[in-house]
Amino acid sequence: MAKKLSFLNKLALNKELLEGGHRLCPGCGHSIIVRMVLNTAMQEGYQPVMANSTGCLEVCTGLYPYSSWNIPWIHNAFENVAATLSGAESMYKSLSRRGKLNNDKIVFIAFGSDGGTYDIGLQALSGAAERGHRFLYVCDDNEAYQNTGNQRSSATPYGTRTTTSAVGTADPIGKKQKRKDIMEIMAAHEIYTAQASPSYWMDLIKKVKKGLKQNGPAYLNVIQPCTTGWGYDPKDTINLAKLAVDTCIWPLYEIENRRSKVNYKPKNKLPVEEYLKKQKRYAHLFTPKGKEALEKIQQLTDEHWNFLLEREQAGF
Amino acid sequence: MSKRVALSGNEAAAHAIRQINPDVIAAFPITPSTPIPMAVSQFIADGKMTTEFVTVESEHSAISACVGASAAGGRVMTATSANGLALMFEILYIASGMRRPIVAPVVARALSGPLNIHGDFSDVYGVRESGWVELFCQDSQEFYDTIIQSVKLAENESVLTPVMPIADGFDISHTVENWYMEDDEAVQKFIGEYHSKYSLLDTEHPVTFGAWAPPDWYYEHRRSQLEGLLNACDAFKAVDKEFGEKFGRSYGVIEKYHSDDADIVVIGMGAVSGTIKDAVDEMRANGISAGFLRVKLFRPFPYKDIIEALKGAKAIGVFDRCITAGAQTAALCTDIRSAMYGKSNIPIVNYTYGLGGRDTTVSHVKTVIEQLKEAAEGKKIDLINYINLRA
Amino acid sequence: MNNKKNFITPGCDKDGNLLGWRSVEIGAMVIDAGNSRMYETGSWRSEQPVWNADTCIDCMMCWLGCPDTAIIAKDGHMAGIDYFKCKGCEICVEQCPTKPNSLVMILEEKAKDLSLEEKTELAFSKEQK
Ligand code: SF4
Ligand code: SF4
Repeated sequence: MAKKLSFLNKLALNKELLEGGHRLCPGCGHSIIVRMVLNTAMQEGYQPVMANSTGCLEVCTGLYPYSSWNIPWIHNAFENVAATLSGAESMYKSLSRRGKLNNDKIVFIAFGSDGGTYDIGLQALSGAAERGHRFLYVCDDNEAYQNTGNQRSSATPYGTRTTTSAVGTADPIGKKQKRKDIMEIMAAHEIYTAQASPSYWMDLIKKVKKGLKQNGPAYLNVIQPCTTGWGYDPKDTINLAKLAVDTCIWPLYEIENRRSKVNYKPKNKLPVEEYLKKQKRYAHLFTPKGKEALEKIQQLTDEHWNFLLEREQAGF
Repeated sequence: MSKRVALSGNEAAAHAIRQINPDVIAAFPITPSTPIPMAVSQFIADGKMTTEFVTVESEHSAISACVGASAAGGRVMTATSANGLALMFEILYIASGMRRPIVAPVVARALSGPLNIHGDFSDVYGVRESGWVELFCQDSQEFYDTIIQSVKLAENESVLTPVMPIADGFDISHTVENWYMEDDEAVQKFIGEYHSKYSLLDTEHPVTFGAWAPPDWYYEHRRSQLEGLLNACDAFKAVDKEFGEKFGRSYGVIEKYHSDDADIVVIGMGAVSGTIKDAVDEMRANGISAGFLRVKLFRPFPYKDIIEALKGAKAIGVFDRCITAGAQTAALCTDIRSAMYGKSNIPIVNYTYGLGGRDTTVSHVKTVIEQLKEAAEGKKIDLINYINLRA
Repeated sequence: MNNKKNFITPGCDKDGNLLGWRSVEIGAMVIDAGNSRMYETGSWRSEQPVWNADTCIDCMMCWLGCPDTAIIAKDGHMAGIDYFKCKGCEICVEQCPTKPNSLVMILEEKAKDLSLEEKTELAFSKEQK
């Protein structure tokens, strides 16, 4: 009595490349994204080789004598995942060219968090992108240095409370700067650049497939809700990732050949409060003193969203 | 057949690399080692080598890419100097901790500040605790030979540790000397094929590289790593012997130049050796019992060979091309004093020389030998002395 | 499904002693990659999900959303929960689209001594909901 297999049933036929028994927090967004990316790679018949920057995902999955990886995996340091993988990819080219290796199924995937991508790893990432190594770089963006205890990064949005953009009686706002627009930076390398969310998994999977098909680098920026740093109930990880998209704080879009495309336009664009109020890192905004910052977040969100829509309409 | 050529130390390194023809090189330009990656690029463009050359955006990425490439199972090299090596600092420890047999010729140079592009050992001394093998060379011939030997040493099953062949910036790198270049095939045959037991590209047998070790594991791993480094001493002797049998040149972990029967022994490393040897010859001609002990293998430190070689000495002067940053003496002298602890009560003093490309001449060394002679006779002498420094 | 007894615990010799420095894999490589499957994270949870096969429509949304590879997929189909791994985050329950929900959390304390059938009975009996 063979049941008909849906898309997800078929995806679930694959061998799990990220094993359980890792030490990530209950409800962590990291492993949800990793599983989606790796299962897609498997589904497409690829054999992923992965590099991981230092961070939660790395420390929780590669803790000697344990490893959660059913694929070849390397961790080197915090700021050099792109450089490390570019070395492995170069070795692949060299050995293939010299007839010492024959495997056209191998794909290279790098995972870094926002700290290892927007900040300390940006130079290595830019260098690897410019050199044109064939790899998919996935940034699991949890909007702060979560592995060291929620310090602000350049991915941390305006008005966020972190442990180094503290909120107190003399400071009602938290982080004063906007987040760095990594999408535009990576797109300026003229590589396939996309933003995704694990809540819109079909879109994410499509982007992973596209990224892996590139004959060069591809960059995927994925929102990764962090239960501990953001302060919410673990069960809401995917719900929050959805609210981020539905409020247009985290738009789903891609940039390719200097043309952008907004992949999802919510029919009913929710106010940012809907997303913010579920997280402790924004609790200070829901006091009289936080009102202004709250309005500013809405304004920044609208500006960016409108920019994306206008640019797409203008054909760029 | 080997052929005699007149080329610089950088060119000697470049030719050794061309003949090794590693699978991957990742390198970034920095004076005075820049001519090495330049030559590599030209060799590749001319079809004389087939290495995959990764032109990274920094030395940090150079060594990071080397670690990734090495984990992917092939032979890997880079080259650098000074601030470049300092920028690599973090990853040097990771490369040795992950037991990657990378060979990285270093053209030694002063560290800023103030900025100075000339030769000294600030850079290579700075990373002496990084778990890499450090081999100091005295001329282009030795630099060329040592780079070739290093491949075999690094890949030795009992070693599997990265190796740094070292030559003084400008004094060796930019000085044209006569030296013998071996045949490409002979070099290839000497180094042999590299077979890595585990590889990132072996998707059938996935291996995890770079897991972190909590307190109940880190210590064991560091001790295990040390074993590989310590094995490099005997392994180098064996590689060096084989090299000698094949090519007629071998070096030993130390070189004894009239030191066996000498009362006064000068100890040093690298390019200054020629100058010291000339001074020793002149002093010997004047009836002074002087000798020179050259340390080639600095890490791991071949203290047993050194103790044995210094048995008859009455006074020792150790040349360090680096200032001590507040320790009692600079690195080589500290190691010698430590090796000689409890062995004898003779004076062992330190000579700082050659910082940032400062000249050291035969007459400077002769003065040193005279001083040491007086010290052997009981005269008090400063523990640290500065050669050719304006007061 | 994860029977620890069948394996030598990673990092240990066959008598269960932690390996000494002479025996550790050089470079801290993990050759037996994927061996965290032998590490129990089920002990972390205070609540556990229970599955009702009768109402399940096999959409696999729970499987897709589980951060811990703890939803068992058998030939691509939903086949239950791996309690050795499940950390009790409740994402699967949130993702389940059926009404009534085909996954329900119950307190670990209550589930402790129950068989799977008893747990299912407890979770999906009318008194409970
Ligand atoms: S509770 Fe969390 S860990 Fe357990 S099966 Fe559900 S999603 Fe997976
Ligand atoms: S989400 Fe619910 S309906 Fe879908 S497979 Fe899981 S238990 Fe069944």
